[in-house]
Amino acid sequence: MANSNTVIWVQDLHKIYKMGENEVHALRGVSLGVQRGEILALMGPSGSGKSTLMNILGCLDQPTWGTYVLGGRDVSRMDDDELAMARNGLVGFVFQSFNLLPRTTALDNVMLPLVYAGTTGRERRRRAAEVLEAVGLADRLHHTPNELSGGQQQRVAIARALVNQPSIILADEPTGNLDSKSGREVMAILQRLNRETGITIVLVTHDPRISHYAQRVISLFDGKIIKAEAIAEPIDAANELTLPEGVAV
Amino acid sequence: MNLLEGVRLALRALTTNKLRSALTMLGIIIGVGAVITLMSVGEGVQSYITAQFEAIGTNLFFLVPGSFQEELRRPAFITTRDAEAIADPAQAPSVLHVAPVVQGSASVTTPGRDRGVTVTGVTPEYALARDWQTQLGQFVTATDNQSRARVAVLGASTASYFFPDRPDPTGEVIRVNGSPFRVIGVLSERGGSSFQNEDDVVMIPLNTALSRVFPRRTTTGEPSLTIVYVQAVSEERMDAAIEEVSLILRQRHRIGLDEPDDFTAISQSDIIGTFQQITGVLTVFLGAIAGISLLVGGIGIMNIMLVSVTERTREIGLRKAVGARKRDILWQFLTEAVMLSTFGGAAGILLGAAGASAISYFLRDDGFSAVFTVEAVALATLFSAAVGLFFGIYPAQRAAALNPIDALRYE
Ligand SMILES: Nc1ncnc2c1ncn2[C@@H]1O[C@H](COP(=O)(O)OP(=O)(O)O)[C@@H](O)[C@H]1O
Ligand SMILES: [Mg+2]
Repeated sequence: MANSNTVIWVQDLHKIYKMGENEVHALRGVSLGVQRGEILALMGPSGSGKSTLMNILGCLDQPTWGTYVLGGRDVSRMDDDELAMARNGLVGFVFQSFNLLPRTTALDNVMLPLVYAGTTGRERRRRAAEVLEAVGLADRLHHTPNELSGGQQQRVAIARALVNQPSIILADEPTGNLDSKSGREVMAILQRLNRETGITIVLVTHDPRISHYAQRVISLFDGKIIKAEAIAEPIDAANELTLPEGVAV
Repeated sequence: MNLLEGVRLALRALTTNKLRSALTMLGIIIGVGAVITLMSVGEGVQSYITAQFEAIGTNLFFLVPGSFQEELRRPAFITTRDAEAIADPAQAPSVLHVAPVVQGSASVTTPGRDRGVTVTGVTPEYALARDWQTQLGQFVTATDNQSRARVAVLGASTASYFFPDRPDPTGEVIRVNGSPFRVIGVLSERGGSSFQNEDDVVMIPLNTALSRVFPRRTTTGEPSLTIVYVQAVSEERMDAAIEEVSLILRQRHRIGLDEPDDFTAISQSDIIGTFQQITGVLTVFLGAIAGISLLVGGIGIMNIMLVSVTERTREIGLRKAVGARKRDILWQFLTEAVMLSTFGGAAGILLGAAGASAISYFLRDDGFSAVFTVEAVALATLFSAAVGLFFGIYPAQRAAALNPIDALRYE
């Protein structure tokens, strides 16, 4: 099943949350492979385990058992520092709620991963400005999150996920807090990045329309994969909107 | 992230909450301020005392009967003949002057006045050894001593107490324990900055004192002295003088080879050393008390850092989510805590210096001045940084141990 083009490979993944006496079996044996350069959408009702799976894929959390191989490396064998390095450079995570540092400029927010990568100050600035430009925010470098719209904030978050040049972007409901137009803008950017750089994208959505921007859709229910379908002709989000100025497609 | 960046980051976090940072530092400021003030004052007291004793002379030592360390089998005395033997240049070439003294309290009266005063029986050598001068009349002479003359030399304050409206009381009569003494001189003032008022004395000839006022006798009936002042020919020959004198006394007192001295020689440097030890202990003790307030300041830092970690849980989660390692977070919060405490420490040093100068200013007439030492500053700086480290480590560890997902989900 795994081959040299498989960037993410999980086998029989289980996650059990313990809350006092109660146990929540959030993942009940998920097996999945993600190919290099693919856009994969995860769907499923609320509580089906999508975020749980994404957090494990993003090395933010550990499975209770099961195997996770990321870019050829067994994540369960990584120590704390290696996990931090994986979060820093192997995957870029985009959250539903943006998670930007308040009172901190877009530029500084985007530079954050580079701070922990040990990049020099000048290089940090250059690369952060570059990715902010790529997401159409060249004129918003010095704006703080509360001076930006939701869509703009999510684009800052995407820039931050991109800045250390990971091979995978993991986005947990990136459009969940956005109106449909901003959501489409965000999807257009992700699609363009995928097309131009070949970056792999795994995104969670419960909006069926958003899932049609992907090349493959996997449905989770109650911690298990119940369906996997390939989208024959993914919709190009860029065609569905007039993009704001400055975003080159 | 390098050190400079860490400091910049910490500065930013601390300045977002200026009032809170200032209040947190206040504990350290007061603690360090107190340490610096007390240590400077302690040092000042030490050098003040040293100066007081050094004024007396560094080539002087005293002999007193008895021993402070050993239990003696016989009662110990130093007699006038002992003093004569010590004064013999053939036996003790390193000794310059020997001043045997008998001293005690006696009631002194003039018509209308009556008071207990320290009466000292002296020889002319006493004025030489202790550097006494008379402002009026003359000191006790050898003839006075030999003839057991009933004459008295008054200290400056004694003279003004008993003869308030007589600028020159020489020729007047005082009664010491009832016996009349003619005043032959008044001593120059020693100055008021000593521990006991040396100007409140009555000096009479030693032999007069031994026969009339303090008729103390040894078991064999010889007159017994209170103290003998011995002046060495020079400071360098102090040790030699003490050795010569000890040898003479041991022979005269027939002390066996394995027996301890039945007298004690105390030099100025012994006394200064003892006082320095006492004030040193006091300084450390006061410093330690002040250190407790520093500790309280440290607990304040810990408290605020714990609040800060809780408030910034989401920030910590995010930093970890984008690749911060445990030690990055640890350093971030530790830097903040140490900066709080060292800034507080720096301000406290300034406050302490101000406090020490204020005390010196108020006591300037007594010739006292606090000594602001580099050691105190270094100690305070080190200590406050250590307080920051010590009390910052727990909150920082709590921050570093947070799980990124739990931290991000924290409301
Ligand atoms: N930290 C947690 N502690 C306890 N239970 C959790 C935790 N996170 C998620 N769950 C539970 O796990 C299940 C899956 O949650 P989640 O992965 O967030 O679902 P989705 O993202 O698909 O809505 C749910 O029942 C949720 O209540
Ligand atoms: Mg979710």
